Amino acid sequence: MTVALPADLRRIRDRIRAWAEEFGLDFPETFFEVLDHDALHEVAAYGGFPTRYPHWRFGMQYEQLRKTYAYGLQKIYELVINNDPCYAYLMRSNGTTDQKIVMAHVYGHADFFKNNLWFGPTHRKMIDQMANHGTRVRRYADRWGAEKVERFLDDALCLENLVDAHEPYRPGAARKGAPDGGADDLDEEERRIGEKVPRLRAGPEYMDRYLNPPEELERARRRMERDLETRRRFPAKPERDVLRFLMENAPLSSWQRDLLAIVRAEALYFAPQAMTKIMNEGWATYWHSTIMTERALSDDELLDYADAHSSTLASSPGRLNPYKLGLELWRDIADRWDRGRFGTEYSRCTDWTQRRSWDTRTGLGRAKIFEVRKAYNDVTFIDEFLTEDFVREKRLFVYGRNAEGAKVIESRDFAKVKETLLRDLTNFGNPVVEVLDANHRNRGELLLRHRWEGLDLRGDYARDTMEALHRIWRRPVHVATKVEGRGRILVFDGTRHSSEEARGEEGGEGSSVGAGDP
Amino acid sequence: MAREVPVARRIDQDVGRFRRIVRGQVRKNLRKYVTQGELLGRVGKGTVSIPLPEIRLPRFTFGDDRGSGVGMGEGGEGEPVPGQGGAGEAGEEAGEHVLEVEVSLPELAELLGEELRLPAIRPRGREAVLSDVRRYRSIRRTGPESLRHFRRTFRTALRRQIAEGTYEPDRPVVVPRREDRRYRSWRIAEVPQSNAAVIYMMDVSGSMGTEQKEIVRIEAFWIDTWLRSQYRNIEVRYIVHDAAAREVDRHSFFHLRESGGTKISSAYELCSRIVEERYSPMEWNVYPFHFSDGDNWSGGDTRTCMELLREKLLPRVNVFCYGQVKSAYGSGQFKVDLDDELGDDGRVLTSEIPDREGILPSIRTFLGTGR
Repeated sequence: MTVALPADLRRIRDRIRAWAEEFGLDFPETFFEVLDHDALHEVAAYGGFPTRYPHWRFGMQYEQLRKTYAYGLQKIYELVINNDPCYAYLMRSNGTTDQKIVMAHVYGHADFFKNNLWFGPTHRKMIDQMANHGTRVRRYADRWGAEKVERFLDDALCLENLVDAHEPYRPGAARKGAPDGGADDLDEEERRIGEKVPRLRAGPEYMDRYLNPPEELERARRRMERDLETRRRFPAKPERDVLRFLMENAPLSSWQRDLLAIVRAEALYFAPQAMTKIMNEGWATYWHSTIMTERALSDDELLDYADAHSSTLASSPGRLNPYKLGLELWRDIADRWDRGRFGTEYSRCTDWTQRRSWDTRTGLGRAKIFEVRKAYNDVTFIDEFLTEDFVREKRLFVYGRNAEGAKVIESRDFAKVKETLLRDLTNFGNPVVEVLDANHRNRGELLLRHRWEGLDLRGDYARDTMEALHRIWRRPVHVATKVEGRGRILVFDGTRHSSEEARGEEGGEGSSVGAGDP
Repeated sequence: MAREVPVARRIDQDVGRFRRIVRGQVRKNLRKYVTQGELLGRVGKGTVSIPLPEIRLPRFTFGDDRGSGVGMGEGGEGEPVPGQGGAGEAGEEAGEHVLEVEVSLPELAELLGEELRLPAIRPRGREAVLSDVRRYRSIRRTGPESLRHFRRTFRTALRRQIAEGTYEPDRPVVVPRREDRRYRSWRIAEVPQSNAAVIYMMDVSGSMGTEQKEIVRIEAFWIDTWLRSQYRNIEVRYIVHDAAAREVDRHSFFHLRESGGTKISSAYELCSRIVEERYSPMEWNVYPFHFSDGDNWSGGDTRTCMELLREKLLPRVNVFCYGQVKSAYGSGQFKVDLDDELGDDGRVLTSEIPDREGILPSIRTFLGTGR
């Protein structure tokens, strides 16, 4: 399927690599392979891992890539795998200029994978790991039947987005175990709450009313009940990593547990890429553009380069192109730190002409971007480096929809733009759903909570996802959320769906129980 | 030797599995997540959009459209975001997402031909009539802007600027002038022209329901697309019949709903008259297609049909195609009779179309002979 890099491309690669190193990029050994479009589509359909486990959705992705390519709608430009060594694929039909751009771009990604903090915990032998997953899934399919395994995988994949992408970054985080003592102990305790409410011993009986006022006793009793309620609860704190929770606690056979583990491991592996899409694509684009225009480009390639580069950056007004936004932000940061446009003095300056021509010749641009690429992800990146000037100059806006459903520019206000952008990036645009109680109603039912932050869940999908959850948990499933502004609990009992008014702390936002995000 | 067997690619298995799910052959519960089941999307001017099937597994999500987001570009607050499709465009409703591709009709024909492995048609009749075909093979100094050759134009401009001494390597701005512009240009080639006449006949009696007509519509569209890619000049006629036949325009053909009995011979009669009057087999390649649910008035009428076919129609046509669409009421007898009587005649092609999935195999039957 693959061939060794032909001599001409090998020469080009050697030169591009030397330039990338000269600019200070730092990457693991990177292997390029040349594939024809069909083979490239196959690799891409498997998310870059041709040895991945068999599943129809990879077939679907392949069909879409193949057809949209045949119709001239898209062309995969580059494909690079976060692994050590790094692997990258080149499309055979690309011209020499394109191959140069792709190689330069790939070294940008490889540097980012290696140095960005968020990629730190990712498995660097993922190619082997994926092959291992593939073998396990095939073995289960042979042993338990392909369809059975596929059905379970489909259910697991419905929950793929319910992992805690931040989890790998707090290795010390205490694991939440089962509460000590079984449910029976708690029942006993509940019965004895009445006796155990603390009282001050009163001498004469008539003093009792004053030393232990009934309201105070009642408050104490309620506090103890609440406390008991929390202790009865399992997990003791809401659990963001729903997949792991199910893996450890659902009534499953070992092969099913392992499939959940596989789906979870792969989701966590891909999470940093989603978390740094704008930064990572922007970084690679910044470097292909720098390497090409300052080093690699020969005169006769200029137009081809301009054509390819501008199509990478093409964006329609209603849709943000991460390549474009990322590149512009990186350039803006480099420029600001080159000219000293940061810090107190600059931010205090309100004179427009002075700001515009501000240049203290600090020359720190390059150093700054290398520093930023280490420690940020898209959320913190936008939060820190999206400036009011940038939003104005790059013509960013917030759109909404009018009655006919057409997009309308709603605001060009800096704060609004930033807020909307951050909203869409938080949790990669997924709702935050966590396990609140796995012994709901003291009947082993599963209670999840959707932390409502302004957007409702899509109802039909939520119901179907609950059915998948039920097939794994095998007890009724409840999801506390908000629907059209009101707290609701969606229930699936195994045969039918219903929904009831939410009471108390289950009700979505603003709840105090463990709501603090790390 | 084992080596000669092409290595099965791993992806083929997954693709096969996906296709079977989409077609509803396995895992029927997943079918509801298939974002489309249509063979044919919207037909626009010279293009058609084909939805690509997609299965989206459910998950906790906000849905596709959050109503708001961040964009980049010009425009004042309150103004529509530039570059959107026209209002009321399909695909906007309920945030449904269908991946659509737009292809031109000739491309579509090519895809269809590939998909069904259709042979190119070898036309009958006169090939003496020559027609002109444009082939873009050269460059000119004048032409429409749509044909401007970007690279050549810049190259000419650069050459001129260097010659004039206005090119500054430090500030490499190249500005093409009017005289620098280069355009793609064509040569005219002569190719033999061939003509085709397509006559669609459809039973519109009471038993043909909306779904049956939709199937006929889709199949006719694809047949049309293919034949147009094979002939330079094509004429299409439409005949509907219940107990009597008449010629109608395209729109009525697909939308008319009659009731009452069915006399197929009436349609064949009208068809042969049209062919006789207008389409001499010396000049024209003639393709009658007939679609019905297989019910006919009487055995006597069916016999009349066979006679008409044998004596009047078949001698004049390339092929005669009969597609039997399954309906709740149709007996399906006509295809049986037709196969019995004329099944040995290579010019008579019949197929059964039980549902939409049957459309492509039926087209393959009709057009697969290369006649």
